[in-house]
Amino acid sequence: MTIMTRFPAWVSVACVSLAVATASLSAQTIAITGGKVHPVSGPAIENGTVLVRDGKIVAVGSNIAIPADAQRIDAKGKWVTPGIVNATTSLGLTEIGAVEQTVDLSASGQGDGVTPSLRVWDGFNPASALLQVTRNDGITTVGLIPRGGLVGGQGAVVSLGDGALGDVMLKGPAAMFADIGSKGPDRGASRAEVYQRLRAVLAEARDWPRRRSRYDANASRPLAARPVDLEALQPVLRGEIPLAIDADRASDLVVALDIGKEFGIKVALTSATEAWKVADQIAAAKAYVLVGALNNIPRDFSMLGARQENAALLQQAGARVIIAGGVDAFNARNVKYEAGVAVAFGMPWDAALRAVTLTPAEMYGVADRVGSLQPGRDATLVIWSGDPFELYTRAERVYVRGREVQRPSRQDELMRRYKTLPPDYRAKP
Amino acid sequence: MRAFIPLLLGASAVGCAAQQPVPAPAPRPALTAADSTPKVSPGAGALSLPNADPFPSTYRPFAVRTTVLRNATIMTAAGPTLRGASILLRDGKIAAVGMNLDVPSDATVIDGTGKFVTPGIIDTHTHLGVYPAPGVEALSDGNEATSPSTPNVWAEHSIYAQDPQFPRALASGVTTVQVLPGSANLIGGRGVTLKVVPSRTVRGMKFPGAKYGLKHACGENPKRVYANRGPSTRMGNVAGWRAQYLQAEQYRRRWDRWLADRKGEPPARDLNMETLAEVLRGNILVQWHCYTANDMEGAMEVADEFGFQIRSFHHGVEAYKLADLLAQKGISASLWSDWGGFKVEAMDGVRANIALVHAAGARAIVHSDDASGMQRLNQDAAKSITEARTLGIDISEDEAIRWLTANPAWALGLEDRVGTLEPGKNADVVLWSGTPFSIYSRAEKVWIDGAMLYDRLNPASRWRTDFELGFVPETEGGR
Repeated sequence: MTIMTRFPAWVSVACVSLAVATASLSAQTIAITGGKVHPVSGPAIENGTVLVRDGKIVAVGSNIAIPADAQRIDAKGKWVTPGIVNATTSLGLTEIGAVEQTVDLSASGQGDGVTPSLRVWDGFNPASALLQVTRNDGITTVGLIPRGGLVGGQGAVVSLGDGALGDVMLKGPAAMFADIGSKGPDRGASRAEVYQRLRAVLAEARDWPRRRSRYDANASRPLAARPVDLEALQPVLRGEIPLAIDADRASDLVVALDIGKEFGIKVALTSATEAWKVADQIAAAKAYVLVGALNNIPRDFSMLGARQENAALLQQAGARVIIAGGVDAFNARNVKYEAGVAVAFGMPWDAALRAVTLTPAEMYGVADRVGSLQPGRDATLVIWSGDPFELYTRAERVYVRGREVQRPSRQDELMRRYKTLPPDYRAKP
Repeated sequence: MRAFIPLLLGASAVGCAAQQPVPAPAPRPALTAADSTPKVSPGAGALSLPNADPFPSTYRPFAVRTTVLRNATIMTAAGPTLRGASILLRDGKIAAVGMNLDVPSDATVIDGTGKFVTPGIIDTHTHLGVYPAPGVEALSDGNEATSPSTPNVWAEHSIYAQDPQFPRALASGVTTVQVLPGSANLIGGRGVTLKVVPSRTVRGMKFPGAKYGLKHACGENPKRVYANRGPSTRMGNVAGWRAQYLQAEQYRRRWDRWLADRKGEPPARDLNMETLAEVLRGNILVQWHCYTANDMEGAMEVADEFGFQIRSFHHGVEAYKLADLLAQKGISASLWSDWGGFKVEAMDGVRANIALVHAAGARAIVHSDDASGMQRLNQDAAKSITEARTLGIDISEDEAIRWLTANPAWALGLEDRVGTLEPGKNADVVLWSGTPFSIYSRAEKVWIDGAMLYDRLNPASRWRTDFELGFVPETEGGR
């Protein structure tokens, strides 16, 4: 059995020169040849070529002329896909869950659970050790989402390239996040009360552009939310970004769809454990639905219908399915396995790949940059040793905007240090 | 090791079900609850005499059929994988495994072409029934967090046998589980080993003759839970165990003296000390929740000081840092491949942990501590194999299958009965749709003691717990 190595270049190349090398790569032309290419936007191409120039894809196909100056990457026997998108993570927003100083996910206490003006990405830490762990495994693009609150705030999409937030940001705000389910802002509140409040906030936001001047003139009745938050909801009311509503019980999902219709806004459904029960309605509403594939446990009374075929049944019904696991940072890498399990439970393989690439890119409005292999898109892609969902497969080369981003992670350094016991703490790991 | 001193006094007739020959199974329809046989006994407790097994198993095997799985890829967990091989299940036991088996005329023959056969998966660490689904306060009975040391409590007395997580375990190939108390306490109470079978009583699920486990917990949990009354530090944790075992050693001596000559009144019983004395006698297997290398170090020091063995460290997120020491001491490690990061003591989690522990010669085990992860222990094993390859460590599937079967069987003291596909072992068997190391493979049929208790292709036979009736839709497919 061959021993695969994740960092073929790393052993011999010092970090400094690597950084220089990758910097110059983006200005290069790269031809990835001979692989099984899954563009997602079209059918798979056996023995395909992906041509990359200046960080963008310039050609994808089976008969692509390769410029003489191109760096050739032989992908024979490998699979090439767009970088995997994990639509709902706390990556860079959480380092260690139980250490408060490393957790930046929510507004605490203010606004009585209604904080649409919270921009969760402001707390993003590009130095999080978990970013390297995640992109080493072929996850190149992640949604940063806030947690908690009836309307908790705005999320963004970033690509896991190098650099500060400004360098990696694809779009922010990319969606607004609300939670009406059993995990809602106030467990003491009845469902009806939660819906009442959400509707009141949205109605106020809808009227806000007309009411703003009266408020400024101090001639307004009390508002259902703070002006700054009503302002922040305007892109939702204008249909520019979706309101992603977290709920699990089928009846809650239907209310969420109803609210979307009432206000003429785009709704996405997250968690959505019982979505399969109302799959036709979700499909008819053209709502994006973000589900995991592992949950088959009736963990609470909102999830009695939990089943692993959820994604497959939604896809069959024609819904816009996104596979997203939990909102974890440490295991944001595992979303590709979640897609594999969805396949084991009936989802066609191509649909599962779309559900972790192009569909989430479409929901967030960044499909012109990531999620498929087409000319003009970012060269954010992965060369895999085989089927990306399989457990024995490695992400062998990971590119974000044409640059290779794999380097030893904190976990890799620990493993190297302790591979031989006792460890030598003087040696570089 | 201390000499074994039997504790079965006047009550020995009540009996250790393990030593009884397994009775010929009464004809019964598949998937009816295992019933308890009423027994009237003097009630050893009333005599204030210790009884090693006051609540013996009433499990009885389900109806069996002589069965042959033929032309399958058989991973025995006891040697090389056999391709195109057959396995014969008879009278609840594995009767034969090999290439050219004679098929008895009364045998049901199942074609295993393209499929894989493994021993039933064993999970050393679950909270099934003590933290059941739904996760409501009313059913949350896993931590007796009223004192940092509660060796007097027994997980079996918290179990909700209608927990819908049990049938999900079975449907994913898990046939034996240890149910442990939670990790709030330094010493959290006795765990219990169950067969994953439908039963209205907990005793009807108990693995006959399995030794008890005793849950200990290191590190952050006890010091957080008891911050106000202590222990509030790691040194406080260690002092807590030492104080308990000092007391237990006195108790054990007092009782063992009395048991030797039986003169005068027996010493007063103490349920806390009774359990710890059994640890000191080697009759209870110590299961110790520890994340960090230094916490494991502290636990090993306490065990050495009082002369008992730790059977398995659980979670052991840093086990890879002292895997060689675990190997030396014969301590197994029940691990995850990729849970980590959620607290400081888990921040050094690495995906090759299981493989690195294995490579250092210790007994590595994939465990779950989670009813979702429990259904994919095989996937965790594959992830660890893959990560190890990047480190240049090549682990065969024949070895890795033992992380799921033979090694956890050892951690529960059941290595002579389950965990491998060898003649004479209990017929706990899983038929998989493909290799268990693929993400696409699923358990198709599951046997416990030779009885087919799960059949994915026969939804009508599906075990539905009381909880699920009318609450959980009876869906096609799925489990």
